[in-house]
Amino acid sequence: MEYFIQQLINGITLGGMYALIALGYTMVYGVIQLINFAHGEFFAAGGYVGAIALGYFSGIGYMDSHPVICLTASFAMAMAYCAYLAIGVEKIAYKPLRKESRLAALLSALGMSIFLSNGMMLTQGVYDKVYPSELFQGRFDFGMVTISYLQIMIVSLTACLLIGLNLLVFRTKIGMAMRATAQDKTMSALVAIGSNRIISLTFAIGAGLAAAAGIMYGLYYGSVRYDMGFVPGIKAFAAAVLGGIGNITGAMIGGLIIGMVEIFGAGYISGEYKDVFAFIILIAVLYFKPNGIMGENIDDTRV
Amino acid sequence: MIQEFKKVWKQYTIGMLWLLGLLWPLLGIHPDGTMTFQTTFTVWTYILAGSFVCLVIYVTKVSGALKFFADPISRGLGNIKTTSTALPTWVWLAAGLIVALIYPQFAGRYGTDVAISVLLYICLGLGLNVVVGLAGMLDLGYIAFYGVGAYTYAILNTTYGLGFWVCLPMAAFFACVAGCIVGYPTLRMRGDYLAIVTLGFGEIIRIILNNWMELTNGPNGILGVKSIGIFLPVFENGFTFEHFWMKKLQLFYYFALGLAIVAAICVHRLNFSRVGRAWESIREDETAAELMGVNTFIYKLLAYAMGAIFAGLAGAFFAARMRFVSPESFTFLESAMVLCMVVLGGMGSIPGIILGVAALIALPEVFRQFESYRMLIFGATMVIMMLFRPAGLIPAKRVGTRSEEKEG
Repeated sequence: MEYFIQQLINGITLGGMYALIALGYTMVYGVIQLINFAHGEFFAAGGYVGAIALGYFSGIGYMDSHPVICLTASFAMAMAYCAYLAIGVEKIAYKPLRKESRLAALLSALGMSIFLSNGMMLTQGVYDKVYPSELFQGRFDFGMVTISYLQIMIVSLTACLLIGLNLLVFRTKIGMAMRATAQDKTMSALVAIGSNRIISLTFAIGAGLAAAAGIMYGLYYGSVRYDMGFVPGIKAFAAAVLGGIGNITGAMIGGLIIGMVEIFGAGYISGEYKDVFAFIILIAVLYFKPNGIMGENIDDTRV
Repeated sequence: MIQEFKKVWKQYTIGMLWLLGLLWPLLGIHPDGTMTFQTTFTVWTYILAGSFVCLVIYVTKVSGALKFFADPISRGLGNIKTTSTALPTWVWLAAGLIVALIYPQFAGRYGTDVAISVLLYICLGLGLNVVVGLAGMLDLGYIAFYGVGAYTYAILNTTYGLGFWVCLPMAAFFACVAGCIVGYPTLRMRGDYLAIVTLGFGEIIRIILNNWMELTNGPNGILGVKSIGIFLPVFENGFTFEHFWMKKLQLFYYFALGLAIVAAICVHRLNFSRVGRAWESIREDETAAELMGVNTFIYKLLAYAMGAIFAGLAGAFFAARMRFVSPESFTFLESAMVLCMVVLGGMGSIPGIILGVAALIALPEVFRQFESYRMLIFGATMVIMMLFRPAGLIPAKRVGTRSEEKEG
């Protein structure tokens, strides 16, 4: 039983990160029907900028005196950086292709993904970049179950971001504009919603969430790598599809499910095949519910 | 020219400043608590100079100042085009075939090696073209079938000692079975759901290859796969056949050439057959195709199986040529590469795919001297190609003849 609870906590931690990445996929897909393959690279870039910022702060010695401020500043920097990166990528690689076939945009996204990950490799080096590990060393012990401060921080921050996003999308005017653009660009243009700005905003929000997940990943596993965006990116995309692509609540649930399945599969069945379980669950769910768990929000569109 | 320049300079400046802002945190902030601007600025200046040259060329081209230079070229290209349509197709095919046949006599060892890769990827690209280009199903896990073919030959050869020619149909068969296994549950899905499920299957097969130690020897791969054995007639003591192993690179080249030609002919014939028309109707509108009596289930499964067969054949050949297989060769990036070749060349057009493969294999080879910048340039080229030619290098003509064209 203790083992089960322990795995459950680990699963929630990992699933929260997947949910944060999956939201970017699902929001971008909802607005322009594009699988943004470069999204995993935003996640990796976020991890890198976090590592750079934390390294800088510990270099000038603020880290020991004001750890919370430094961490907040690092999160803010990484999220802002990735939002900035994503807006630029959207303007260069996707905007001119909006009228072309969807495969052209997809390949442009793949090219962008290769370009960004190699750009990171060239500027930051091939080797792992280590996170400062003295942060959040403490932990709670409940018998056999241990919860580290880091896990509490990750889960609570994830929850805050998810709730914040939900409020943004469903309670504010900007969110309403985003949903309107996702449903019908022409009609939303007729009621004076600038679709270009909304699309840029969607990319920025998605990349910001991915960047937050990137720092969490770096803190949780201790290091980042230039090609680390790929596998979590695919799994997060699987999570987005699992929940019903284009559906924000679905992406959150899908991310949690994928994280849980991975952790429980690794814990109870076999660690080597942990990536397989996520995909098997995905295939099984899609076989019985072809539109995802929550159903998709948009009309069926072909490739 | 000034007019044209006025249109773009603002965007260009914003773009370059954006790039500066993007580069600086990565290059300028150091973990020892210092900030520098020198490196960032140097790198940025190089990029600025390079892109400014490109911009000037672009602006002069748009404003027509290059007419004296570009006009003869475009006229020459136009002439070539009219000649190429005037000459019957078989002349071009024969010329291409002759060039392909005598190529290894002139190319060195390295050139032949690259050519073999090109031919292998042509085979793969044509197979994927059946699934993506003809039937319109986006497949992101295609390389898994290639892996199944390669492992089939490697395992049967090293464990049971079976020869290449016995294993070739078996590799195709197992790949076909794998295609049906992947195809069956995915047939209910459309569009992006299909894409992610095929991606998932591709990853599952790779992870199984990576972890099933008893069968596949895990990440170490299988060593010591035998080469292709062939019988050649010998006239020394009367007329006998002698068996020996293919070692010369040229023989591999001719074998790969044969494989690619067979694949091209098959795909061409399929394209214009009843089956090809059924696939096209499914691609254009699945519901309408079903209403017209096309059995979409069978035809979609058939598309998967056909695509997988080509990949399986190419895979067996790959194993025989490398004499070593490991899961490293069958990652998602390879699937993405093959898909790029198909889309970059022009979906559904066989000459387009051949050109796309040649471009994507040759490009990284050309940039081999800039070792670490190779993939960076590759990614950038892919984006730029898509921006300028989104339908591919040689877009496919519409398949089949339409009734209105016949009347006209």
